Amino acid sequence: MSRTLSAPVTVAFDYTRSTGPVLGRFLTGLRDGVVVAGRTSDGQVVVPPPEYDPVTHAALEDFVEVSSEGTVTSWTWVPEPVKHQPFDRPFAFALVTLDGATRPLLHALDVASPDEVSTGMRVRIRWAEERVGAITDIACFEPSDSPAPDPAAPLVAPAGAVDPVTGIVVPVSLDYTYAASPEESAFYRGLAEGRILGQRCPTCGKVYVPPRAACPSDGTPTAEEVELSQTGTVTTFCIVNVPFLGQRITPPYVSAYVLLDGADIAFLHLILDCPADEVRMGMRVKAVWKPREEWGTTIENISHFAPTGDPDADFDTYKHHL
Amino acid sequence: MRDVAVVGFAQRQMPEFDGSPTCVELLVPLFEECYEQTGWTRHDVGFWCSGSSDYLAGRSFSFVQAVDAIGVIPPVNESHVEMDLAWAMYEAWVKIQTGEVDTALVYAFGKSSAGVLRRTLALQLEPYTMTPLWPDTVSLAGLQARAGMDAGLWDERAMAEVVDRSLRDAEANEYAVRKGGSSVEELLARPMYADPLRKHDCAPVTDGAAALVLAAGDKAREVRERPAWLTGASTYVDAMTMSRDLTVSESARRCAAALDLGGVDTAELHAPFSHQELVLRREAGLGEDVRINPSGGALASNPMFSAGGIRVGEAARRIWAGESDKALAHATSGPALQQNFMCTLEGTI
Repeated sequence: MSRTLSAPVTVAFDYTRSTGPVLGRFLTGLRDGVVVAGRTSDGQVVVPPPEYDPVTHAALEDFVEVSSEGTVTSWTWVPEPVKHQPFDRPFAFALVTLDGATRPLLHALDVASPDEVSTGMRVRIRWAEERVGAITDIACFEPSDSPAPDPAAPLVAPAGAVDPVTGIVVPVSLDYTYAASPEESAFYRGLAEGRILGQRCPTCGKVYVPPRAACPSDGTPTAEEVELSQTGTVTTFCIVNVPFLGQRITPPYVSAYVLLDGADIAFLHLILDCPADEVRMGMRVKAVWKPREEWGTTIENISHFAPTGDPDADFDTYKHHL
Repeated sequence: MRDVAVVGFAQRQMPEFDGSPTCVELLVPLFEECYEQTGWTRHDVGFWCSGSSDYLAGRSFSFVQAVDAIGVIPPVNESHVEMDLAWAMYEAWVKIQTGEVDTALVYAFGKSSAGVLRRTLALQLEPYTMTPLWPDTVSLAGLQARAGMDAGLWDERAMAEVVDRSLRDAEANEYAVRKGGSSVEELLARPMYADPLRKHDCAPVTDGAAALVLAAGDKAREVRERPAWLTGASTYVDAMTMSRDLTVSESARRCAAALDLGGVDTAELHAPFSHQELVLRREAGLGEDVRINPSGGALASNPMFSAGGIRVGEAARRIWAGESDKALAHATSGPALQQNFMCTLEGTI
């Protein structure tokens, strides 16, 4: 048996961002199949355009159109692509200075092996089939046969944009293997046997459930295991009336802090088997377990807490735990 | 300015930590070591500051749980940065300069192995034109390495020499997760990974934690016969974009220019990729006579959020022992040496 329990966890969120006028102009260009660069006060032509001039710090307003072809100025091989990169097979990331620009743009280069890439090689943009106003409107760069223009074409301002891009959505998701601490692992293994385990701090004597690696009051590592009663007192609670994504119980229902007899910290669980408006501070409740064949190493083994019918606990017994 | 010194240092580094990403379990013994080194209890620490990131932990407010390792009754004066330990130390140094406190314990932790580190770090990039491409850390470093090679500023042999020296020195470092020298020829004979980088050019993914103790004036002298006095500290950042000149580090150059580096005999440089040490040596103007990374540096182990501060601790250790009279410590963050911190530590002031 490994020392700790672990489980896969994916944390995901769609970041919605406003673009502002400079990045908005750049992304509008990409949507329309045009690369818009910014000309800075030191004469550089930069893609993507910086929002502020790096020397004068003035807002950038001088936009020029540059070519969709260019030259590789640096590259690196990506032998083991990570999730959501432009390709799920080996490819190159490259810095490409587009014709007309003086500073390079970072993007993927579609070649089959590192032997097919070299600094100085000519490449062109492969546009995405559907363009929405995002950096991924450039699907990638691909090798090109056409030489660099000589002399360079004069830079012109891009045409006025119709229906400019003002926002983007960037979905982000990260995969983890999330491990519980040894103390938390003992807690979950206890639940799989129908027991609720805590730990007592050797310095202050307080009992924590779930157990923690150290007593938050005095920093002492906790070691002594304590099995707790399955009966406790509602210290405080709220009635959930608002529906939300992933909700498993139909509102209204009660979410409460339950101080188990013998514990010094309350933990959060559901109070069911009675009308929500009858739940009160001091109410005595007991753990109601799911059928044993459904148990795992999870707090969900306890379906909920239900009233015992005993008289309410005296306020003094839980006033220090609010 | 008040005289402030590094008087305590503890570290743990490992390829894979079998435990919770909150790392409380790692921090408790680290703090114990700091108390032993200083003769203090937690009540003697005037200010606490931690460095960590929820993106690394895969959970929210992970730094709050880490506070359990301190013990907070009575309440403590505490802060947090989503930056490396070196910057947490910088905040503590400023706090001590204000006169509000005389002592500080700063710590950092991270379980890099919980996710795919080189991918997770794409979230520190510019979110409009970079993050959607998920450029991984190794690729961004590869672009920088090639730019310098193409410009004739370094070559793969110079990079292999950095690796060879680092892994030899790491043999004496009990915390190094990668160690053991071979030869420049043998290193160059190994296959390319992310061309132009071989695997040994890239710091190993490392879990770990570290802590530093700071004290002002006589408080420092009470702890150490020869405290490592912080005689200068500076931090600068470059623009996020990869369209800047990657063969130089303007921010590192500014850090160095803000310090008096005369007489530096030892430098602990935080270079997670071999060529980055070459950039840093040039920007700091370090000569051949300066001992670089006697600990083995980040190529031997690079725990996220503590590896930069560990450079400070390794430098301080050598000052305490009289092996160095003046040392430079450096920390970096962001893609391709974008953010930098430097400080000087001296045995006498």
